[in-house]
Parts: sequence; C-alpha cells; structure tokens
Amino acid sequence: MSTLPGTPRLRIPARAKPGEVIELRMLIDHPMETGLRHDGSAAPPRDLIERLEVRRDGALVFAADLGRGTSPNPYHVVFLRLERSAEITVSWTDARGRIARAAARVAVG
Amino acid sequence: MRRRVFLAASLALVPWAGQAADATALEAAIGDAVPVEGGIELRVPAVAENGAQVPLAIVADSAMTAEDHVAAIHVFAPGNPTPGVASFHLFPGLARAEVHTRIRVAEEQAILVLAVHANGTVRRASAALKVTRGGCLS
Repeated sequence: MSTLPGTPRLRIPARAKPGEVIELRMLIDHPMETGLRHDGSAAPPRDLIERLEVRRDGALVFAADLGRGTSPNPYHVVFLRLERSAEITVSWTDARGRIARAAARVAVG
Repeated sequence: MRRRVFLAASLALVPWAGQAADATALEAAIGDAVPVEGGIELRVPAVAENGAQVPLAIVADSAMTAEDHVAAIHVFAPGNPTPGVASFHLFPGLARAEVHTRIRVAEEQAILVLAVHANGTVRRASAALKVTRGGCLS
C-alpha cells in the first residue's frame, strides 16, 4: 500500500485525567481537488481523500466518508473520553487507496 | 408515494434546494426515517469570505453510551454541485456527538445536517450562509 503524500498532523493532550473530555484535532495537507475547478486553464483532475478513520487502541471510534465538499487541507475535530492510557491512530485514505497515518499516545492517570 | 411527498416537503424547508439529486442523497442517508427538528445544533458563519474554507461545527445532544448514541451525522449543501458533503460515523468511544470541520460552499444556501441516532430516530438542523467567493468552481 503506497503512502499518501502530505503531512498529517494530530493535536491531542499528552496527558489526561480518567474520564476527562479531550479534544483531538486532525489536519492533513491535501488539495481535495474536485475536478470541477476552472480558472481559465484546464481543470486539475479530481483528487480526493475519501475516508478518515480514528481508532483508540485499534477500535474504531470515528470515521468520515468525504466527498467533494470537504475543504483543501481537511481539518476535523472530535472529542474523546479516555478511562485509561491509550494509543490514538488516525488514517486518511484517498480514492487511489493511498494511506497516510498518524498516531499519538495519551497517558491517563 | 407518501415518502416522496415527505422528502419534497422536507427539502422545501431548505431554500434553493429542489434538485432530484438532493432527494436521492437524503434517501441514501436516512431511508424512510422522518427527521425531527431540534436536538442538534449547526454552527456556521453568517457570511463566509472564502467559500473553499467554511468552518462548520455540529453538536448533537447525546450521552454517547453504547445504548444511546448518535451513530451518524450527514452534512448536505444542496446548492453545491455535489450536495452530499460528508457522512460522519460515530461510536460510543467518543465523549460527545460533536464534529468540527471545514467545507466548500459554492453559493449562498442553507446547509442541512442530519443526526441518525442508534435507535433510528433522525434529528435535523439547518443554517443559512452567504458566501463572498464560491468555493467549488474557482
């Protein structure tokens, strides 16, 4: 599986109290070309991230199916509540099956 | 046929809607369910300078427990070339039924969001939005 170009970034607290609500911000560099854009020259071909997945210790907690309506450099925020330390992993998959991944560990206690 | 009538009525609440594509996208998202107003909030700016980057926050009322949680949130921009913007799938590991993102908006329109609860009920909210520069075609 090839890697999606573009730098994925996560922002999440490194530490949290048990049961505390914490914010997870996700951002990736990507043009999200609709294939519809015209600026006088030929439209850039369609190039979209279609799927975002967030896992906590491997279990899916959030997923997004994205269409043409998501802005360039897709940005998403969700809120998690952790009862114990966990590994948060995020993946972005484009229409060609290329994947970018990012991970962060949250120490709870 | 009653469902068709309902879908038409539902979309009539959204100004500038009415294309067949909208009804198809809605039907794919929620099937037969009848969306009820309330229990979900949609935050967008009243005027977006740049239609390619419009901040959007969806907050649905839910305890997010295994028995009682929002399972999906669907976002529609009926005035965009492709009205189905995104579908979010939520699981009880989340603390809140809340998602923030940024979307492309082609022209002045009302954005529609639907929250599908685990028990099958569907709540809706919409918000009107003006756009200084469209974000889909340029």
